[in-house]
Amino acid sequence: MMRRALSRLANPQLLALAGVLLINWILFPNFFRITWQDGRLFGSLIDVLNRGAPVAILAIGMAGVIATKGVDLSVGAIMAVAGAVAATLVVAGYPAPVAVLAALAVGLLCGLWNGFLVAVLDIQPIIATLVLMVAGRGIAQLITEGFIITFNDPVLVFIGTGSFLGFPMAAVIALVLMVLVTLLVRRTAIGLFIEAVGVNRAAASLAGIRSRMLLFLVYGLSGLCAAVAGIIVAGDIRGADANNAGLWLELDAILAVVIGGTSLLGGRFSVPLAVVGALIIQAMNTGILVSGFPPEFNLIVKAALILLVLIIQSPLATRIVPVRVAAPEARK
Amino acid sequence: MADEQFALEARGITKVFGNHIALDGVNFGLRAGEVHALLGENGAGKSTLIKILTGVYQATEGQVVAEGTPITLDNPQHAQRYGIGTVYQEVNLLPNRSVAENLFLGHQPTRFGLVDRRKMERESRAVLQRYGLDLDPSSELGAHSVAVQQIVAIARAVELSGKVLILDEPTASLDRNEVERLFEIIRDLKARGLAVVFITHFLDQVFAVSDRVTILRNGKLIETRPLEGTTRTDVVRLMLGKDVAFSGATGVEDERAVGEVLLDFRDYGKKRSIHPFNLTIHKGEVVGVAGLLGSGRTEMARIMFGADAADEGSVVFRGKPIKINRPTDAIAHGFGFLPEDRKVEGIFGDLSVRENIVIALQGKLGWFSALNRDEQLEIAGRFGESMDIRAASLDMPIKLLSGGNQQKVILSRWLATDPTFLILDEPTRGIDVGAHAEIVRTINRLRDEGLALVVISSELDEVVAYSTRIVVMRDREMVAELTGENINPGVIVQAIANHREGPPA
Amino acid sequence: MNIIAKLALAAGLTTALSAGALAQDLSGKVIGFSQIGSESGWRAAETAVTRQEAEERGVDLKFADAQQKQENQIKAIRGFIAQGVDAILVAPVVATGWDDVLAEAKEAEIPVVLLDRGVDAPEDLYLTSVASDQVEEGRVAGQWLVDEVGSEDCNVVELQGTVGSTPAINRKQGFEEAIASASNITISQSQTGDFTRAKGKEVMEAFLKSSNNGADICAVYAHNDDMAVGAIQAIKDAGLKPGSDIKVVSIDAVPDIFSAIAAGEANATVELTPNMAGPAFDALAAYWADGTEPEKFIITESKLYTAEDDPQGEYERRKDLGY
Repeated sequence: MMRRALSRLANPQLLALAGVLLINWILFPNFFRITWQDGRLFGSLIDVLNRGAPVAILAIGMAGVIATKGVDLSVGAIMAVAGAVAATLVVAGYPAPVAVLAALAVGLLCGLWNGFLVAVLDIQPIIATLVLMVAGRGIAQLITEGFIITFNDPVLVFIGTGSFLGFPMAAVIALVLMVLVTLLVRRTAIGLFIEAVGVNRAAASLAGIRSRMLLFLVYGLSGLCAAVAGIIVAGDIRGADANNAGLWLELDAILAVVIGGTSLLGGRFSVPLAVVGALIIQAMNTGILVSGFPPEFNLIVKAALILLVLIIQSPLATRIVPVRVAAPEARK
Repeated sequence: MADEQFALEARGITKVFGNHIALDGVNFGLRAGEVHALLGENGAGKSTLIKILTGVYQATEGQVVAEGTPITLDNPQHAQRYGIGTVYQEVNLLPNRSVAENLFLGHQPTRFGLVDRRKMERESRAVLQRYGLDLDPSSELGAHSVAVQQIVAIARAVELSGKVLILDEPTASLDRNEVERLFEIIRDLKARGLAVVFITHFLDQVFAVSDRVTILRNGKLIETRPLEGTTRTDVVRLMLGKDVAFSGATGVEDERAVGEVLLDFRDYGKKRSIHPFNLTIHKGEVVGVAGLLGSGRTEMARIMFGADAADEGSVVFRGKPIKINRPTDAIAHGFGFLPEDRKVEGIFGDLSVRENIVIALQGKLGWFSALNRDEQLEIAGRFGESMDIRAASLDMPIKLLSGGNQQKVILSRWLATDPTFLILDEPTRGIDVGAHAEIVRTINRLRDEGLALVVISSELDEVVAYSTRIVVMRDREMVAELTGENINPGVIVQAIANHREGPPA
Repeated sequence: MNIIAKLALAAGLTTALSAGALAQDLSGKVIGFSQIGSESGWRAAETAVTRQEAEERGVDLKFADAQQKQENQIKAIRGFIAQGVDAILVAPVVATGWDDVLAEAKEAEIPVVLLDRGVDAPEDLYLTSVASDQVEEGRVAGQWLVDEVGSEDCNVVELQGTVGSTPAINRKQGFEEAIASASNITISQSQTGDFTRAKGKEVMEAFLKSSNNGADICAVYAHNDDMAVGAIQAIKDAGLKPGSDIKVVSIDAVPDIFSAIAAGEANATVELTPNMAGPAFDALAAYWADGTEPEKFIITESKLYTAEDDPQGEYERRKDLGY
């Protein structure tokens, strides 16, 4: 029991996360200090959870998409659209639940549109989702008419900045989504089918798997997750910023999924590890901010760290240093 | 033989990939001024041999000899220097460049260091005329028909190389007239003293143009012989390896009592793929399908399963008309399909043995009636045992298993769905002896349990042993249905070859 | 010296104009305006103000949105020339590649005025250019802080604009110049917030953690108001009072910063006026009236706003301009 728990902790993603946190601690000794303030936890580690939540939520949706050998470039733009919809509606006087549901519905619709392009029209995912990546931000700008729409609706603000049992609401939402989606794919046959389609779509079709429905599901889920992230980001700054909300976050989400061990060629995927991947990325970002490097170095430092994480996870490294306790043998 | 000087010769070529022996001590001699057909089923080693002769692969053992001198070919350019040129089925020229540029690509005539376009086009015109083509060398290659492009490819290969021309299924996408035109060119090249290797799976074409034939099977040389005095039956027999061909071994002992009618395909077909056929399948019978590569045998299996949709005809299942437009339709009625290309269409390489076994059953159950891990292990374990699947763990990726064990897993996948009708396309190709026996044993057992099976196989001994009936495919058409004592390798071979001494088609 | 002279002149002009008293009548004049697009709130406000200023003077304004593309701008300018407009205003999207089209306008004897950015082209190809002085904006912000803290020690954290962008470089430079003489003021931390609220908030959160939960920070200087708005939220989340525990100074003067100033959560902002068109119209009016060649570079005023400048009123005045 103990050994099994230990071997699970020894996976490369968690080791990488520990490594990045350790570096942060060396650069900034107060990194792990957490205090209780105004009914909430307060500290750099909490910031990592809070700031990492939007990318983690995107990664939850993205993991399924990438497992089918696809990719969803439109999630950043969908965030902007969802934020714009929610903000416009509350400003127009609609109750917050209506605004939130409308934003989620719009996100789902965007995802289903991507699913339609990929599953029915058979367009390559990278191109299919590029359409919405470009058009989505334009739609968001049309909705906001180019303004940053600011609001003070307590519900939206709570979603973005509130706390639950002392933890930031955004992180709580990400955790709940992670658990729900994990249950959805692992307690049903959906996860197995997603992996089967990703590994070999021809064989999946011959084995009687309806890959079309499955693609609608994963892209729809990805759009829905993006909408959740978009509402959080808007609530956080109390405004919908069509130009900047979610900008380039699709790339962070893809990176998080890849760091989480899912191959861009499809197949095996893990939602929780994709979330860990998002936390690794955010731990780097926060680390750079608290360490006091000049901002000109941000991107280089980040790129170098990511390269390091990917090297740690590469097959070569696992051969040299056998981190992964070989699972099949452990079973015997 | 050893003293004869060949234009190009392979001596004792062995090629090993990993632990798979693709070619095993093959000798192959090509004379100047002959057309030499190279025949064999999938996996016989034809393409490996060609790739060694053209420098794409290097032999593990043995030698390539050109005009008596051993040579080393490190790459295709190297082969070109020894006068060896190749034309593939897919024309690999540049369709958006001119005909002249394609002819001279890489060795254009130059003047003052610049391409001398006029000279190039003048020479092109002369070259093309030699091949009976009167067309503008400055026109775009892609504007011409596939046949013309194919001839341009041949012209380029001959002009570049000039001694040996290898044609790898050049006729696959040509119509009858175009094929005839190509043959004239081949005969002309032969008269000019070129050595031509001709690969095709159309026997008619082999006999129309070739002087000698070499037959490979399972990586081994079976025989090289002149076509004169050889019948088509002989060739088919050699390809399918029927040393026992006329032994008179018949199929399942006697008129086996087959069950009630399960399935009835009426005028079932798909344009450009397979001519309409009629086939009635009973419970408790194995319908064997014989035919050469490209005969339409796989196409037939695919439309029966809905992997491709039929565009004419009807199906009656248990007395009721049904539609089979996609695999899920077929699976809903209890069909199962083991495809020919295991790696591309059969296995999920990265998924575990367990998941590979339960996937079709789970597909039938749908998204929300998931088999939990214990149930999956129970099912996988049951079949692992009864099919004797050799895997260190049911949780290891299937791609780590041997081909035979992978095949047993895919068969288990369908058995787990409790099927009524199984279509097996080459279930025993390329697998080890033990797995082979296990699969044949399973086919017999399933038949006796009352399942209906259609089994495609080029192993005639095997088909004869378990089939209650055999249909023969040729040129995308079902040409014969054999029963009773006609279930016999000799008769099958004759039916495939369509030889005049054979039985009525 | 020269700059100050120009500044005085421009300041005089703009103050006069914002009062709206001296707006010359230009009725009957047709003027084309090639705008970059609407990539930011400030840009939208510039378009709105330009329309407003044109209306006040009776100008028939032909508006063309280039959607961030130079080729669209060149096309629009050629269209204006073909229509025979009286003058052309251009907010150039990039600095290079204008020589040909400007020469065409000059040949057609149509004066061109550049708004808010310059171009790399011979000066005789355009009448004048109207722009703000970004270094001065930083200087005004810095000077306010110097005056505000007096002799107390003050650690400032800086939220920079996008790394390598011209306004980020200039606004940083101006602020540093202004505080250079005050040894009690030091920039303790500086990071980029990419000009956005979200990043401004995130970076400020990190600054607070690494500065003893904000106890070591006396003021935050943000290169634009949006980042300041984000920082204000971060300061509040940390349990501190923005505006008093930590002073907030920023640049742009968008409506939202005025509501923050009115609420006492921000202290000062420096205006980047969206009214580039007003001075442009005035220069054109003088040119047409008696052929006065205007200065080649008209610098708009970098006006400081604090709680004493009726922030609520400023908010109301600006909120519908499209920020």
